[in-house]
Amino acid sequence: MAMHLTADEEALLDSDNPAVRKAMELLVRLGDIYGADEMVEIASAQASGISYKSIGDPGMEFLEGFAEEGAEVRVQTFANPAGMDIDRWEEMGVSPEFAKKQRRILQALREMGVTLSFTCTPYLAGNLPRRNQHIAWAESSAVSFANSVIGARTNREGGPSALAAAITGRTPKYGLHLPENRTATHRIHVDPSLDTQADFAALGSWTGSIVEDEVPYFTGVEDATTDDLKALGAAMAATGAVALYFVEDITTDETPPIDAETLAFESGDLESEYADLTDTEDTDLVVFGCPHSSVEEIERIADRLEGESIQGDMWVCTSRSNKTWSDRQGYTDTIEAAGGTVLSDTCNVVAPIEEMGYESTATDSAKAATYLPGFGNQRVKFDDKLSLLEEVTE
Amino acid sequence: MSHTTHDGRTIADGEATGAVLRSTEPISFYGAVDIESGEFIEEGHQLEGENVSDRVLVFPRGKGSTVGSYVLYGLAQRGNAPAAIVNAETETIVATGAILGEIPCVDGIDVTDLEDGDRVNVDADEGTVTVLED
Repeated sequence: MAMHLTADEEALLDSDNPAVRKAMELLVRLGDIYGADEMVEIASAQASGISYKSIGDPGMEFLEGFAEEGAEVRVQTFANPAGMDIDRWEEMGVSPEFAKKQRRILQALREMGVTLSFTCTPYLAGNLPRRNQHIAWAESSAVSFANSVIGARTNREGGPSALAAAITGRTPKYGLHLPENRTATHRIHVDPSLDTQADFAALGSWTGSIVEDEVPYFTGVEDATTDDLKALGAAMAATGAVALYFVEDITTDETPPIDAETLAFESGDLESEYADLTDTEDTDLVVFGCPHSSVEEIERIADRLEGESIQGDMWVCTSRSNKTWSDRQGYTDTIEAAGGTVLSDTCNVVAPIEEMGYESTATDSAKAATYLPGFGNQRVKFDDKLSLLEEVTE
Repeated sequence: MSHTTHDGRTIADGEATGAVLRSTEPISFYGAVDIESGEFIEEGHQLEGENVSDRVLVFPRGKGSTVGSYVLYGLAQRGNAPAAIVNAETETIVATGAILGEIPCVDGIDVTDLEDGDRVNVDADEGTVTVLED
């Protein structure tokens, strides 16, 4: 064993609790593989691999076994989206067999003390780290947001390693936990003005496939909302494995990279990205909320749908907490009166939509557009929210 | 009988002896191995139709979904896991599954040094793979 462990950490490795022992052993091994010298204490965790669609019977049984062995989280730990709205699964068209297994996963998480948040935007739902805090988060878009926008420090964890970190309160110190690895590798000058959230998503999609797992530094971006940054990071984590990025004057005060390769994102790139992410014009489901919609996004959708009637099906996916505010503001009623559905706990990527009869999906999320063809057997149309809403209300 | 020993790195502790099942292609366990039988079911993969149970599974590296960790764990729970895993480079998905499933695992081994059917001892505590019979 190459890592230095404190007396407390040695005690975790020798714990009478088999779940703690297993969790610590996993972290020590991963630390050794990736060359960590020591562990760091974490402020929070976020567990992925929560949908029954994603983890199947082996994952469900792992979580149940872990809970039975006495696994209990030591830090605030949020759960990623489930495969269904926990309350409205029947209305969604989820089968009782799927629902039963999803509820077994929920029960195991509850026993471990994991907050049943079922969201990919924990930072919008009550799990907000601060700058330079070490955390162990597993949802790729949340990892990107936490590192880049908030300035916290996390690697891209897998489901089991994030849970192990939650149970021990520690993670091996390597990768993005070390300041020397948090520097930009590419400078990307953005030429066109980015007018919509989908434009940011398209930029992210283009960038991720070029820089892969490295660190881009964007210049030329005039302004960006929190939702724009959420969309940008999610897309880069889907087409690449980007866990950290910088936007000049917007995200942090990181010094621009001196030796980095410089690339230009032109208007033509923006246009062709829209075309590349689209392979159909006719869709039977429109989905917003990958990553989960903020209250502001839901408000914009409600404003546009006031007094309108939607052709076909439309989902707005969000966290349970944002849904509560939307209910109170009347946004949910407005959207549902127009024929849409506001779903909590889940999204179109981790729900079993191909089993519900959907074959083609329209979305303003480049992340969803990237995953849906393979993961949900869907043909996809990618466009901005307002354009998509225009089409479904015609 | 010659006994050739290859030195590698410990990924998951333990020791086991078995016959080599070798893939020169990377493996994504998710959607590739049936946890109820141990059968390799990914269409078109070099190992399609083979059974990984109690074999020393030798492959260059993992690929694909992080759910692969859970599949390895599931195989172990059902008694269908490989006896041991030997890789050129074990990435985090396979490492996590091997550690959680308590499947001895060693990496840093040139997978072409081992032949299908070789009887080998994997001493993951020492990080060694020894060919018992050529």
